[in-house]
Amino acid sequence: MKVPSQMSFDVEAIRAQFPILRTLVHGRVPLHYLDNAATAQVPEAVLDAVRAHDELRRANVKRGVHALAEAATDAYANARTKVAQYVNAREDREVIFTSGTTGAINLVAHAFGATLKAGDEIVLSGLEHHSNLVPWQLLRERTGVKLRFLGVTEEGRIDTGDLEELVSERCKLISVTHVSNVTGAITDVAAVVRAARTVGARVLLDGAQRASHGPVDVQALGVDFYALSSHKMFGPSGVGALWGRAEILAALPPFLGGGEMIRTVTLEKSTWADIPARFEAGTPPITQAVGMGAAVDWLAQVDAAAAAAHTGHLADRILHGLRAIGGGNRRARVIGPQTMERRFPVIAFAVDGAHPHDICQILDSHGVALRGGHHCAQPFHESRGLAGTTRASLALYNNAADVDAFLSGLDDALSKLT
Amino acid sequence: MDTLYKTDVLRLAAQATGAGKLADATKSITVDNPLCGDRVTFDVKMGADGKIAAVGHTVKGCVLCQASASVIGANAKGENAASLGAIRESLKAMLKQGAPAPAGAWATLATFTPVSGHKSRHECLLLPFEAVIQASSD
Repeated sequence: MKVPSQMSFDVEAIRAQFPILRTLVHGRVPLHYLDNAATAQVPEAVLDAVRAHDELRRANVKRGVHALAEAATDAYANARTKVAQYVNAREDREVIFTSGTTGAINLVAHAFGATLKAGDEIVLSGLEHHSNLVPWQLLRERTGVKLRFLGVTEEGRIDTGDLEELVSERCKLISVTHVSNVTGAITDVAAVVRAARTVGARVLLDGAQRASHGPVDVQALGVDFYALSSHKMFGPSGVGALWGRAEILAALPPFLGGGEMIRTVTLEKSTWADIPARFEAGTPPITQAVGMGAAVDWLAQVDAAAAAAHTGHLADRILHGLRAIGGGNRRARVIGPQTMERRFPVIAFAVDGAHPHDICQILDSHGVALRGGHHCAQPFHESRGLAGTTRASLALYNNAADVDAFLSGLDDALSKLT
Repeated sequence: MDTLYKTDVLRLAAQATGAGKLADATKSITVDNPLCGDRVTFDVKMGADGKIAAVGHTVKGCVLCQASASVIGANAKGENAASLGAIRESLKAMLKQGAPAPAGAWATLATFTPVSGHKSRHECLLLPFEAVIQASSD
């Protein structure tokens, strides 16, 4: 994400819509929430939609003929439409509600994975979240597929220069992150898609970190699957979505079996419903999906470019601040691109002699919510000789006071720890 | 909150009593905390009497983890897996139920009383105990 000049963006008006931002941490200090890459907060519009659904339309979806069942079914279908519009799907049925990004990737690993055989290859990268690594390792154990890994550049980007060497005729899928949850780097999706198309492979993007920063255009990206999580997009937890090209999804076998995903069932055999129901066995997370629909509605009405300029400037201040803190044994190293060029405001850093959990604990006393550890990207951290990093991640409701509190709190932490 | 990082804890961590490899260890065990990636290795030399004769530890972890390993490094000699298990249970009770810290040589563990209010950090203190207990077991 290149940082444009700062545009008019009323962050205080945004903040006013998030009740949790008015709370005091430990009953005494304002909350400075910089853990958005893990989970974003929820605006009143989403809270209201969730409550209204359970107050007025709570019922199981599909099949029921009573009024509440019909209202709930409509609300669930509307939520699917909203998510489909948010990612620019060609059809609503291309959106499958899942438990989240992890659930979405596991769905592909099972359903698409069932079409693969030993010796087929899947290309991943060394920058992936465990949710885009472990499902493929499990598939390798089930089927004997081979996993190959794109490298990571010194700057913390997926090295698409490896594509030519790694993507062969045996490659059936390239599955990579759209935006790294550690380095914030944006993947060169066009290069990935080009490489995949030369051999007829499919492309899956892990969009967990990207989808909270404005609408996604899966058609323009040219990919085949896109996975996202509601709770990172200002919506409820427990729900997410898999977008997939209709013709690809329609050709895949089911993943989970149960109610709602069948056409007919006899004691001898069953036949499958069309998509998306084929991949939504059992009662879905109805209220959560309605909340996710409200969240993408809310996100869609935000000026994404202005929000990006706003968070980009804040992130720039953090990057500069981390460099200023440097010196002697207190040098902070940003693990990822050093500027906001082609990256999102997810900033991980390491300080020699200061453990991420200790930094996070002391920052918490300043009301600053950060995350420390390997961020479910253990292979990447190990490749850098790190057990973990400290991560500050921004959302559109963050403001200058959040950055000030982070930098002064970090200064305090380092004075105690180093 | 900052009481977690009061001088006594930082001093214990900085002392790093028993830090380093033990060349003639009877057994060496490494344990990991999968949640944060912390890693603790304890080398233990057992005496003919079945008690610990010497320990060495290598900690890739936070201040609390380092301080806990340091307390073990200072007091493990003469203990065995069973007695260390009892001390670990006392530490757990102190952290989770507000029980008093162990008496005697291990009274230093009282330094960690402020950690009781931070459940996510309990494992930081317990991980070194897990390593040394495994390393001193048959």
